[in-house]
Amino acid sequence: MTAAPTVEPAGTPTASTAPRPSVRRRRGGGRLLPLATTVGILVVAELVLRSGVLGSEFPAVSSVVAALITEVSNAAFWDRLYQTVQSWLIGFSLAAIIALPLGLLLASTRFLFRSTRLIIDFLRPIPPLAILPLAVLLLGSGTSMKVWLVAFSAVWPMLFQTIYGAHDVDGVARDTARSYGLGRAQIYRHVVIPGALPYIATGVRLAATIALVVTIATELIVGSAGLGYRINQVRYGGDMTTMYALILVAGLLGWLSTAASRALEKRLLFWHPSQRQAGGGQ
Amino acid sequence: MMLEVTNLAKSYGDVPAIADLTFGVAAQEFVCIVGPSGCGKTTLLKCLSGLLEPSRGTAVLDGTTVDGPPETLALVFQEYSRSLLPWKTVLDNVLLPLRAKGLDKAEQRRLAMESLAEVGLADFTHAYPWQLSGGMQQRVAIARALAYQPKVLLMDEPFASVDAQTRAELEDLILKVRRHFGITVVLVTHDIDEAVYLADRVVVLTKRPTKVAEVIDIDLPDDRDQVTTRESPEFAHLRGQVARLIVGAQPGDADTTNVGVAS
Amino acid sequence: MRQRLSNLALELWLPVALVVGWWLLSDTSTSTYFPSLRTIMATFVDTWMFTRFGSDVIPSMARFAYGLGIALVIGITIGTVLGLVPTLRRAFDPILDFFRALPKPALLPLAIVVFGVGDGMKIFIIAFGTVWPILLNTTDGVRGVDPMLHDMARVFGLTRWQRLWQIILPAASPQMFVGIRLSLSIGLILMVVSEMVASTNGLGFFVLLSQQTFAIPQMWAGILLLGIIGYAVNLVFLMVERRVLRWHIGRRAAASGDDHQPTAKPKGRLRRARVVTALSSVFRTNA
Repeated sequence: MTAAPTVEPAGTPTASTAPRPSVRRRRGGGRLLPLATTVGILVVAELVLRSGVLGSEFPAVSSVVAALITEVSNAAFWDRLYQTVQSWLIGFSLAAIIALPLGLLLASTRFLFRSTRLIIDFLRPIPPLAILPLAVLLLGSGTSMKVWLVAFSAVWPMLFQTIYGAHDVDGVARDTARSYGLGRAQIYRHVVIPGALPYIATGVRLAATIALVVTIATELIVGSAGLGYRINQVRYGGDMTTMYALILVAGLLGWLSTAASRALEKRLLFWHPSQRQAGGGQ
Repeated sequence: MMLEVTNLAKSYGDVPAIADLTFGVAAQEFVCIVGPSGCGKTTLLKCLSGLLEPSRGTAVLDGTTVDGPPETLALVFQEYSRSLLPWKTVLDNVLLPLRAKGLDKAEQRRLAMESLAEVGLADFTHAYPWQLSGGMQQRVAIARALAYQPKVLLMDEPFASVDAQTRAELEDLILKVRRHFGITVVLVTHDIDEAVYLADRVVVLTKRPTKVAEVIDIDLPDDRDQVTTRESPEFAHLRGQVARLIVGAQPGDADTTNVGVAS
Repeated sequence: MRQRLSNLALELWLPVALVVGWWLLSDTSTSTYFPSLRTIMATFVDTWMFTRFGSDVIPSMARFAYGLGIALVIGITIGTVLGLVPTLRRAFDPILDFFRALPKPALLPLAIVVFGVGDGMKIFIIAFGTVWPILLNTTDGVRGVDPMLHDMARVFGLTRWQRLWQIILPAASPQMFVGIRLSLSIGLILMVVSEMVASTNGLGFFVLLSQQTFAIPQMWAGILLLGIIGYAVNLVFLMVERRVLRWHIGRRAAASGDDHQPTAKPKGRLRRARVVTALSSVFRTNA
């Protein structure tokens, strides 16, 4: 389970301390079943939708695919996709640049940790889109507003996870390092940061997801150029088929994001128990 | 015979775990089953408790062939911390199996309290298992099994995860309980001393694929004591007899992992 | 006592300083975008106590509650089934993966087409957004139930129903709570977004409308209230979790402490000890 426990390292088994049945391990031989099920569902959906019993709001799978092909052969599509991906990635990177060092700093002394805890506990659960009107007021409705809003939303999960990850690093490990005469910087580099990494990874994965949600939501609400706006635009135009095609694209973006952070976690956290266990969750 | 095992065999795929076991346990008898590590003790227990179906042969419990968990049998697992429910109090843990039996509430409570008192936990009914020491948790597991009112109590290395002191206490507890309730006990262990100390008869198993090496009558007096019983020459003699069988069961044969005489 | 006071001071000085600083620095503010905190607070009281409470706060919270409620029922039910039948879980893996990763606001236009712009659309989008973390974590939790507990249940002849309610669901509950916690923040975001995209009332609608009509203190008051709601929802969640998962928290604490030290005292005293433990864990906040 890589089930993002909010304040726990990626995939600490919270449910029980018992060994978990490793369902995923059998997957190598079992790719056929999920594939067949997915294809089967698509075929059934196609047949049902073709018959038109659900009305014109639900176009057939094949026409959605056709619309997708038409859409992607249009240069404007790639431009919009670029707009979305750009805001998402820049906003997310900004957030990471702010949150990770700040998190390590705030966790470094008891004074800073305790002093800032209430503020972060208060700011973190604020739904980030609440400040969208303020952002529009200050920055207009262009790309820079979008980027900063995305950054704002992505900061909190990373900041929170970094602080608690660094703060929770095993005291024994820290003491051991100190007894070997490691300096403060060395302790950070060799003990604290690696120890906090599983927590940080969870924060990064959550932040990437939320950043994408906020990017698309902002485009929808404010109408700034990008995939989200385009989806709403084709809806206004009554082009249901293209709307579905674009939702599919949004889904693929999200899926790529999750897959990428999973792969990164696997490389960075190969030593952590979560990587040796069954996966799943969110 | 309360429990009669006849030509029981179990293989996993092509790998035989138990080759052929035949033995019986009389009513109110205390039988310990010992064998070298990895000799398929757990498999045997699962077959006896109806959790696994044997590949061949039968286990007959009180006249009925076991083909699913029988109502006349209760099992005490080795790992108390995993078999007790941490979200239920001690009392609720003991009550749980009784609810399935369809007894009325007052009767359920009476049975639970009685068995908790028997194991010395009457004052801890409202604690949670994880608030108790290992030994106390295993007492809860024993109480749960007793409240179920089985004819046969099956125990899977019940004292393997507690310290030596607690272990001795629990051994004496189980001897007392058995006398009180006139219950039949089958206890699986890898500890030769424990087997000899507790049992009326010891069934010694061979290594995999498992057979019965020998059944040894333990003709020690019924009233056993951790100190005097264990220092008697008869005890030493019986202990040696069992140990030789187990060591003999595992000379340098290459196919099993190297196992020492479990202590 | 002195120790506790100085701890409290350590936790509070910065938040207090920030609020006071904001109050003082903004008090003479003539900026349109940054009205004084005094004005914001006055507007806050005017607006939310209780002129617009019934017209905007209640509808928002009701949609959130309905959406989350539906997600809980569906997520836990389907999650449990998928957890109990590994083949089914494997079969639906790609589809689950896709819907989980789909950025939910992208579905808003679709929801508008299907449900119109009323409550149904918002409840749908909140439910659809929050169901995935609950469902997938429930599946994981159920799948992770110790096989020994299944053996125990069979040996003691527990019925299917008892196994589900007494063993499987409690054992999976810590994992479910992990999912629910994620769902809460996603649900709040979707509540706000759906009200900003198409609505005639609700907090998201109110904040955006205030900005568009340059009612800046109202906008600030709305943002502030959304912040408070986010915090309060989180707090309620933590209280429920502490209550429901008391055993889990206690067990973890016991496991990380001295190994075989019994912590229970015979009856009577135990109750008090438990209250003290619960209280001290409340003050440790937000674990």
